Order: sequence, then C-alpha cells, then structure tokens
Amino acid sequence: MTALKLALRGVAKAFDGKEVLRSVDLEVAHHQVVCLIGSSGSGKSTLLKCINLLVPIDSGQIVLDGVAITAPGVNPNQVRQSMGIVFQAFNLFPHMRVIDNITLGPRKVHGVSRAEAESQARALLERFGLLDKAAEYPDRLSGGQQQRVAIVRALVSRPGLMLLDEVTSALDPELVAEVLGVIRDLKAEGMTMVIATHEMGFARDVADLVGFLDDGVMLELGPPAAIFEDPQRPRTRQFLQRIIAAGRL
Amino acid sequence: MAPTQLERIERRGPRLLWPRRSPRSSEEGARGSLVAVVSTVVVFGVLAALVLSSEAWPAVQRQFFSWTHFKASFPKVLGAFWLDIKMFLVAEILILVIGLAVAMARSLRGPAFLPLRILTIGYIDLARGLPLLLLILLMGFGIPALQLPGVPNSALFWGIAALVFSYAAYTAEVYRAGIDSVHESQRMSARSIGLTQTQSLWHVIVPQAVRNVVPALLNGFVSLQKDVALVFVLGVREGLREADIYNARTFNYTSYIAAAVLFLAVSVPVARFTDWYTERDRRRMQAMST
Repeated sequence: MTALKLALRGVAKAFDGKEVLRSVDLEVAHHQVVCLIGSSGSGKSTLLKCINLLVPIDSGQIVLDGVAITAPGVNPNQVRQSMGIVFQAFNLFPHMRVIDNITLGPRKVHGVSRAEAESQARALLERFGLLDKAAEYPDRLSGGQQQRVAIVRALVSRPGLMLLDEVTSALDPELVAEVLGVIRDLKAEGMTMVIATHEMGFARDVADLVGFLDDGVMLELGPPAAIFEDPQRPRTRQFLQRIIAAGRL
Repeated sequence: MAPTQLERIERRGPRLLWPRRSPRSSEEGARGSLVAVVSTVVVFGVLAALVLSSEAWPAVQRQFFSWTHFKASFPKVLGAFWLDIKMFLVAEILILVIGLAVAMARSLRGPAFLPLRILTIGYIDLARGLPLLLLILLMGFGIPALQLPGVPNSALFWGIAALVFSYAAYTAEVYRAGIDSVHESQRMSARSIGLTQTQSLWHVIVPQAVRNVVPALLNGFVSLQKDVALVFVLGVREGLREADIYNARTFNYTSYIAAAVLFLAVSVPVARFTDWYTERDRRRMQAMST
C-alpha cells in the first residue's frame, strides 16, 4: 500500500472523567515521521490507540487520507487493515510460532491462502534477518527479536501508516539499537509513521516533526531542531532539561 | 550437553504422594525416608488393629465386605458400570463444547451483545443455583411426562441432558476465569491486526485461556465421573442402580462396595493425573520465568 496521510482535529478522550487527551490537533503528511515525546501518562499511548480505533474518541475527528475514520458507520476492522500498530510489550501471541503470528492476520482477515501468506511472511522475515526464527515460539526469542517480529507482523498486511508505541521501552539497552534500525529502514522506504518514544536521540534523528504532549495537550509541535534546541514553552524546556540531566539526550 | 531445566523437569515424571524436598545431604535424606516409612507403618497398623479388633467388625464385614456377595454382585455391577463410563464420556464432551461457547458469548464486549450476555448470565445463575439431583428429577421425569412430539422421552437422554445443563455452567465459569487471565494487550494486538472480536477470542485468547485452566477442567472431570451415578434415580440401570437392586434382593451392602471400587478405579487415576499435570505446568512456568 502507498503511504497514507493523517489528520487529527480536536481529538479528546477521557477515562472515567479523567481527561487524557484535550483537543489534540496533528497533521501528518505522506511519508512523514512524527515522534511524540512527553512523560509517562501524558497521553501518547492513548493517542496512538485512538488513531487505530482501539480506543473510541469522545469528540473531534480523525481523518485518514481524506476519510473520516471516526465517523459513525465506519468499520474499524477495515480501517485497522490499512495501518499497523506495535506496542511496548506482550505483543506476540505466545502459543503460536513466529510464522503463524505473522500469517494469522492475512489468512483470517484477508483470506490469503496459507502458502501465499507464508511466502510473504518469509520474505519479510528474511529482509529483517529473522528467517531462521520462523519456526520458533516467541519465548525463545530475545526481546529485540520479538519486537522486530511484531513489526513484521504489522507490516505484512502492507499498511500505509505505522503506529509505534514505545517499542523499545521494555528492552534491554543493548537490544534497543536493532529495533531502532528497523524503524530507520522503514523511514528510508517512505513509510508514514507516528512514534511515541522516550528515545530522544532517535527522535531528533528520525523525526520530521516532534510533538510534545503534556497532560493530554499537544503543547508544542515542530521540527526536531526547533523543539530540542529552542523550545518555546517553559514546560517543554523543563521536560528536556530533566532528560538531559538523566543523560538521555 | 547438560539437560536444560525444562528437560530435567519433564524427565522427572509423576510425583504423587509426597511434596518435593529441598536438596539435602544423602544422609539426611536417608533418615527422612526411614522416618516416613516407620511413621506410616505405625499409624496405619494401629488404625487397622483398632478396626479389626473392634466388637462390631464381624458384623461390618458380613454386611459390607462379604467376599461371597462381592463375587456374586461384581459382574452385574461392572456390566452396568460401562453405562456410567459412556454417560461420562458423552456428557463431558458436550460440557466442554457448550461451556466454551457460553464463556465466549459472555466475554463478547459492546452494546450489541448485551442480550447475549444477559442470557448467558441468567443461564449460569439458574444452572448453578439448582441442586443437580433436582435438575435430574425435573428434566428426567418432567420432560418425558409432557409427551411432546419429536422430543425424546428416554430417562437416559434427559438424565445426561441435566448433567450437561448443570456442569456446562460451572465449566463456562472456569473458561471465563481463563479468558480473564489472558493479558488485555493480547486482545489489543489481535484486534490491531484486523481480527474481529470473535476471531480474536477464538484464535488468540481462548487457546491461552484453556491452557491456564486445564487443571480446573480436569477437576471437573473427576467430579462428573461420580455424579453420573445420580441418574440412577430415574431408573437408569447403571452401576449404582445394579448395586441397589442386588442390595434390595439380598439385604447385603457389599454390592455398593463393588460399585465404590469401580468408581474409585476411574476417579483416583484421573485425580492423580490432575495433580501430576498441575505440578508439571507450575514447574514449566517457573522454568520459563527464570
């Protein structure tokens, strides 16, 4: 599928009266990579789940390539097929081999034959250096390998948009690089992506736009140079100073 | 190559009677075994001596443990006991299937499924709230008495139906506990690749859920294996009924003991297997988390 563009207009969400997202606006152009930064609980993860329609929004609008996917009557299962999402942890299905994890979606959702689904899956696994793991169960893989398989699983239905929710946060430090490498590859191919991350160096490197979410508000949004070198809001400066103090930037 | 922890566990096999000891020196281990043997022999020896020397024992033996009556009744009871086994197998298969369907229906989310959820909760409350014997009487005598056209009127059929009706509700709750024990992110992952709610349950949640509740399901097997005998109240000639008929003719209770031996011969191995499986699963989980 070709890369999609995405627009969020006034997206709001509350859980049990607690506002998690407050009127968030965001424009993501074709092939653009947006990194969302902010402390835990700022709403990054919820925002991604809203885009994937895993969490229904309370008000606002989400538009995917010109189609309002949050409008009534839209089939969320169909929308989800045009985008892939990868979570922080507990991603893979532990009772299925790697190859079955990847082919489950194509076979059950798209009705692709097992042989065809497996050949697609093998091609992707080979590209990401995971072909020898095809017959393994997830608990035999390292955390980094598991996350790469999760990315392959999201890619197999050829999404036009990838949503990555802190995919390196649960990994041992030495495994982070291999996963970030995969994401860099995706960017090089022109994939549209929205990435929630705590890896500031990576965000500065890979993002076209960086958004700072604070308590459900998109406080600041701009090119990485502007956000990281010259933040306008005191809250953004405070956040970045803490990150620098912790040696993470 | 040294065996992995998992391989070592799998090799150990059943450990039925005593809990695993922590590693100790062989001398201590030998002394421990000696103490165990001596204390067991002493306790059971004293118990046996007390029972056998009691004044009432000859009468008890005549009424309950008569070898003559045992030999006379056992073949008949055994012949009828096969019906218990058949009822158990048929009922258990239906229970596992219906229980799973009910649990899945109850786990569906969203307003559209509310009527289904209400139905399943109503059924579970009803089936678990009624004594099994009452259900068997109600369905086994009640429904055939209606003489509805096209509805079977055999007591055996409705006896099994009552067992399934009751046990499927308990089993549905066991499955549901398993479904709830699977991490929410698994459901999210499944939905995110485009699976529908039912597909997510069937392909992703349920296989993991069932694994988590196998010991509880096996426990249900043990329980059902005895409860099939309850259909004897409908006049079905299964093992207990045959023992009852023998007793009514001879006024000797040894035929009941013959039936008891048969039920134990099936349920004890299942119970031991359950213990062994649970233990093995627990160790596997431990091995995995290290």
